[in-house]
Amino acid sequence: MLKKIWSSRMCFNFIRTLLAVGIALGLTLVIIVAVSETPGEAIGYFIFGPLKKMSRLANVVEAALPLVFTGLAISLIARTNIINLASEGAFYFSGALAALAAVQLDLPPVILPAVCILIAALGGIVTMLVPVVIRLRYDASEIVASLMFNYVLFYLGSFLIRTFVKDPASGTLQSLPFNENAVLPRIIPGTRIHAGLILAVLCVAALWLYLYKSRWGYKMRMVGSNHKFAVYSGISAGTAILIGQGLAGAVCGIGGASEMLGMYSAFMWKDLPGFGWDGIIVATLARNNPALVPLGAFFLAYMRVGADIMTRMTDVPNEIVSIIQGVVIILLVAENFLAGWEKKRTFAQATANIKLEGGK
Amino acid sequence: MKVLFGNERPDRGTIVYDGQPRQIDSPQKAVSLGIGMVYQHFNLAEELSVAENIVVGMEPNSGIFFDKRGAAEVVDRLAEKYGFNVKAEELIRNISVSQKQKVEILKSLYRNSHLIILDEPTAVLTPQETQELFKQLLLLKEGGYTIIFISHKIDEVQAICDRLTIMRAGRVMGTYEVKELTARDISRLMVGRDAVQTIEKPPMEEGGTVLKIRGLSCVDRHGITVLDHVSLDLHAGCILGVAGVEGSGQKELAEILGGLQQPSEGTFELLGRPGNELSIRERRDLGMSYIHEDRMTYGVAREESITENYISTRCDDPDLGGRFLLSGKKEAQLASQLTERFSVHCKSPSVPVKMLSGGNIQKVVVVREMSTNPKVLIASQPTRGIDVGAAETIHKALLAARQGGCAILLVSSDLNEVLELSDRLIVMHGGRITGFFPDVKKLTEEELGLYMLGLAQQSEKELTGLYDDGKGGACTC
Repeated sequence: MLKKIWSSRMCFNFIRTLLAVGIALGLTLVIIVAVSETPGEAIGYFIFGPLKKMSRLANVVEAALPLVFTGLAISLIARTNIINLASEGAFYFSGALAALAAVQLDLPPVILPAVCILIAALGGIVTMLVPVVIRLRYDASEIVASLMFNYVLFYLGSFLIRTFVKDPASGTLQSLPFNENAVLPRIIPGTRIHAGLILAVLCVAALWLYLYKSRWGYKMRMVGSNHKFAVYSGISAGTAILIGQGLAGAVCGIGGASEMLGMYSAFMWKDLPGFGWDGIIVATLARNNPALVPLGAFFLAYMRVGADIMTRMTDVPNEIVSIIQGVVIILLVAENFLAGWEKKRTFAQATANIKLEGGK
Repeated sequence: MKVLFGNERPDRGTIVYDGQPRQIDSPQKAVSLGIGMVYQHFNLAEELSVAENIVVGMEPNSGIFFDKRGAAEVVDRLAEKYGFNVKAEELIRNISVSQKQKVEILKSLYRNSHLIILDEPTAVLTPQETQELFKQLLLLKEGGYTIIFISHKIDEVQAICDRLTIMRAGRVMGTYEVKELTARDISRLMVGRDAVQTIEKPPMEEGGTVLKIRGLSCVDRHGITVLDHVSLDLHAGCILGVAGVEGSGQKELAEILGGLQQPSEGTFELLGRPGNELSIRERRDLGMSYIHEDRMTYGVAREESITENYISTRCDDPDLGGRFLLSGKKEAQLASQLTERFSVHCKSPSVPVKMLSGGNIQKVVVVREMSTNPKVLIASQPTRGIDVGAAETIHKALLAARQGGCAILLVSSDLNEVLELSDRLIVMHGGRITGFFPDVKKLTEEELGLYMLGLAQQSEKELTGLYDDGKGGACTC
């Protein structure tokens, strides 16, 4: 059994991810030692800071929540082999839609947030599918289309807020306060961790089920793995892609709404919040597996919170996190990193298989 | 040819060029020795001009800058000298296929090649363009160049070659003066089995027509007709072999039936339904299976597990789970059953397909296609490049399916396979059916060669035996 796990591809990826993270952390430590007057203290805050207080650990969870949603969305998108980068815009736009609904609608508790989230999810689906449809229908590059589409969504979202629910008392772009019934309740006293956590857990479970157990998830994985093979087998590739990307949009939308209604009492995003981009990092760390996305999100959030504490307490700037991110991502996406090692393993296994055949 | 141009290394043997033994370990070395190569598929940068494509790597420079005008002049002079009708300033994407070929030849000439290798140069050309190419090649020959012309078209070889080396399955069958041989001789040397391996098969139990193909044609993206009005009937319980040199239209025929291509003309009827209009899923649901000749591109998703490769054609099958979810248990059951049935050698059905040997990958493909008990099976090169044991398993499975009433269209360039397994045989050349043989046993290899190489062609009347044209009396398969 142990041997089986060792020889599996998952094990290889796990080791690779660990090693990449390790190298990046090592590099970070070197930099900290180089720039800091009190390196020991800085490293201590960076690595153990978030663990020292309950409230800090709660901060990590709060920071990880939106990353789980966008990480899930990107994981699905990556599996379809259509590089749709609209998650950033979709997240922002859904947040704006949820805020709009939260100000305008007057419904009882539980029902109001549910409606807000539903509206946001629909918004996420529609916005996420636009670049995909452009690609499937007109064969235009989805990368360029989706990248540009993010700005369309940004201005569309701020236009909606400015036009319909802007707070006249505020000098900047800020909405009127949400209907109190719309706000997601805190679920752990003493922290800001809100009901979005439950939504996140549900989404992780649902998407894992979809991807690995459902018929459509299977189809989508085959389309992403080998498009020609899927078509030859009679799978309608376009539908499979649309379903997968639509689900990604829905998750993005739920994430946008959960962040908006859980962490704020009025819309106050001045810029694209960046969770969509961070989702790419999380999905890469999780190797596009929904079940591992929470781990990736937690890791990224932990590093950010740790860096924050370090910056507040010492003389090291928190940009250090960007260095770690960059190195980890480069090592992980570089297919050839450790590829020689994997090849050797594959080769050894193939020869073992052939011997097996010869023996029979 | 790849060895000669330095793309592949020989395991043994030497190359003597210009009187000296040479080691050609890279294309650069080949070029420096004066060897030029024109592949069937061109290596040109579409967005650059003719001149830029020709001089690349050996550009005329003025200082540190590329001398564009100088390059154009050189190329124009070169083209004029050998009567090539291409303009140096034109962009590659705007010129025709035959002009691209000329650019490739000019590229070799510009690099001072004295030996030019052309790989199936006429495959992409119209007859007029072919004639033009021949004129230029003869001109080059008079200019003192040596040309190796690779082709399986005998009339072309006879038209422009002086000497001829015949190869069959990697072996040289002899070198002759072209004048010494008749077309028949060449065909006899080119086509044949090295060793006849008989395959036992029970007598055919023929059923009704399951596939009716009428006037199917296909024009490729270069405007070349690759499939030319093919008509035939396929009957249940019968294996109809399709023999022919590769690239004679068999691939297009199979892909049209399998739903990967659309015909430019003609129709076919699959189990009484208009086949063109059916989606791949509908065709498969009706009972069609298709073994594609390219197993790594179409046959499997190599990164995914064996089980997942088994269920691709039946992922909506209610037997495999509920309405939305697939049952892992039922998948595993099916997987172990199929793995056992074809004795696919693997540690477990959950390993990725890429871990398997070629023969076992092909077994995965074939067992998947067979496991749905198809009524019509398109089998393209079902045993190409795999070990004898796996090939035998697959042959047995094909015969078992035939016994079960499956109609099989067996496309193969393995003569032994196609002659031994088929109940009836058609031969294709240049996209057309050149011969139909209702009794394979009576067919000699020599005769087969004549049809494969386009030296013989049965009349319309003889070919009507292939399909029932409504007038009755046809002996069909």
